[in-house]
Amino acid sequence: MKRAAFSQPLMPVALLMPQLIIIAVFFYWPAWEAIYSSFFLQDPFGFGSNYVGADNYTRLAKSSEYGKVAGFTLFFTVVVTFLSLGIALLLAVKADKVIRGAKTYRTLLMWVYAVAPPVAGFLGGLLFDQNIGPITDLFAFFGYNLQIGLNYNDTAFAMIVVSVWKQIPVNFIFLLSGLQSIPVAVREAALIDNKSGTRRFWDITFPLLAPTAFFLLIINITYALFDTFGVIDIMVKGNPASNPITLVYKVYTDGFRGNDLGGSSAQSVVLMVLVLLLTVMQFRMLERRIHYT
Amino acid sequence: MRPLKLGKHIMKTTSVIFAGAMIAALAGPVSAQTEIEWWHAMGGSLGETVNKIATDFNASQSDYVITPVFKGSYEETLTAGIAAFRAGEQPNVLQVFDAGAATVIGAKGATVPVQDLLTENGVSFDIEDYISGVRYFYADSDGKMIGMPFNSSSPIMYYNVEALEAAGVTPPVTWEEFQDVTAPALVEAGYIPLSQSHMPWVFTENFFSRHNLQFATGNNGYDSADVVINMDAPEIRDHFEAFKSWIDNGYAGFYGAGWDDNATPFEQGKVAIWLGSSGSFGGLQQTAEFDFSATYLPYWEAITTEPKQTFIGGAALFAMSGQPEDENKATAEFFRYLTSPEVQYMWHQETGYVPITEAAYEVAKADGHYDRFPAAEVGIQQLSLPAGEWTRGYRMGFYVQIRDVMNREYTRYLTGETLLDDAFTAIKTEADELLSRFAQTQG
Repeated sequence: MKRAAFSQPLMPVALLMPQLIIIAVFFYWPAWEAIYSSFFLQDPFGFGSNYVGADNYTRLAKSSEYGKVAGFTLFFTVVVTFLSLGIALLLAVKADKVIRGAKTYRTLLMWVYAVAPPVAGFLGGLLFDQNIGPITDLFAFFGYNLQIGLNYNDTAFAMIVVSVWKQIPVNFIFLLSGLQSIPVAVREAALIDNKSGTRRFWDITFPLLAPTAFFLLIINITYALFDTFGVIDIMVKGNPASNPITLVYKVYTDGFRGNDLGGSSAQSVVLMVLVLLLTVMQFRMLERRIHYT
Repeated sequence: MRPLKLGKHIMKTTSVIFAGAMIAALAGPVSAQTEIEWWHAMGGSLGETVNKIATDFNASQSDYVITPVFKGSYEETLTAGIAAFRAGEQPNVLQVFDAGAATVIGAKGATVPVQDLLTENGVSFDIEDYISGVRYFYADSDGKMIGMPFNSSSPIMYYNVEALEAAGVTPPVTWEEFQDVTAPALVEAGYIPLSQSHMPWVFTENFFSRHNLQFATGNNGYDSADVVINMDAPEIRDHFEAFKSWIDNGYAGFYGAGWDDNATPFEQGKVAIWLGSSGSFGGLQQTAEFDFSATYLPYWEAITTEPKQTFIGGAALFAMSGQPEDENKATAEFFRYLTSPEVQYMWHQETGYVPITEAAYEVAKADGHYDRFPAAEVGIQQLSLPAGEWTRGYRMGFYVQIRDVMNREYTRYLTGETLLDDAFTAIKTEADELLSRFAQTQG
């Protein structure tokens, strides 16, 4: 067999260069910097830094507070991913069946997509405000005293609601287009075989939707881990206190609020490794079961 | 300290960008002028006053132009300043808040001590011109002033006059009076007696000062970076135990660590007494629809019968190093303008922050400002109460994180998530660890 080859050896390198440079500048270099500074204790202004070995890491391992934050991050990620995918799937399946006024209906559902996370957080902050929030008033009407910023569970609840609300439209758009790309012939054949809508959905529609759902799963986990930063920042009003926060937010508070660059770098390295493991695991375990058409 | 209004903040940012752009556009063609930049954290109506100071300074002479830039919260402003310094693009003037003082003063070479800056540029400087409460907070261990006190405030006690009249009580002088007399009467009259907006600042740092208790080893941290915090003092534990009992039996409202969450119920007239910043005066005048006044922070008679002064909170202006000489000259001239009695009096009137010089205080008195607004004088009076051994302030590194730990553990204790012992042990352990880490960076 003949191998395709470039006659000039420099050509492929030149073609790859733009991409490689971008990755090097925006990923490898910062990642290397983070790993490097995680072994130092730095004066914030950069006048001096002391080599402290793995001190920044052992400190994290011993910190029960860090463990708590990691625990909440796991819980938060699972719940946000599950709810935003689940609700979006339900809406997409229902929207797929709508015949009259379908466009209006879909547009309304996608609308929220245009809201930036900090704006969503800001709206959430106002809606859930302890003293003037309408949602707080609603809960008070049913006899529950909702206290965002004070009660750990209440704050976690509000963060999850706002994060899920913000993410549903993206999932909705993808799932709907995934549903619409399933051939009509397949659906009709299924209809002859089985009258039960639920069975048809789980046996035929859902497996055919799997490639889209798998892609969305990764996107959603990444969203819950990283992109919810804006929502959390606004909800805790820059004052974390005893409120629930995620690992990414802790990197920010320790590094950018507390000016502890070494400790914060160690945390981001830990996060980097976690995400790497997660991604490898997802592709290894899940992708095998998915059939791309 | 200052109240934070989120909505106004966002509006503020745009108008500051606008103002900055306009100033830049106006200044553009005139190249003979020396331009300097001032990064600050003053949002809302405070930001408007900052812009007014800058505009007035630019109009008052033709050699220098200062451009104020709003950088967000205190923490964000400090971080922006540090990042800019490391990139060699620092502003001439950076506003740094009380909790960041150790960071910026510890980094020798990051700033030009304001005392040196002024004397080298022919601006007379005498530390005795400043009111006693603000003189040494931003000074080094030898007493040399490093940062120029700017928005200086102290925690004071605001009260709703109608509420106290309805309950038939006077503002409490001691905490004993509050829990035995004031609070029960206010509850009877249908009010939540008390709320406070900043536990580390009001109930911790100034608690130590008001009762003349040592806050940290090494002269409260001024003499060395290698210190431990005195959070195992029985007095502070007792105070928080009392605070929790007040929350539990309805003598106090607690709305978390957020400033506004605790201030709003007072502004709404639900809470009768609020511990906030003397710098909140200007804002309260606009938002509170009832007659309010202010007085000194209460103290525990069981701890001391001779309560002392509190120290300044708020922030100071630091002249960043690495700037050309003509720009340093411009910065010095701006500081001369800023500390003039007229400007200080204007700042004091508009915002409620204390005037930092004796001369400005005299101008305010002579003008009858305190006859019209007696509450406006409380901050400066409290800062001028007798000083004690431990009333100068504190200097601790990674202090922003230490405050975060305090807020976290206090809130957990007050909401019943954790026990008093565990909360205070956690604060002491984590704070000491942060302090020793900071000491390591200072080599």
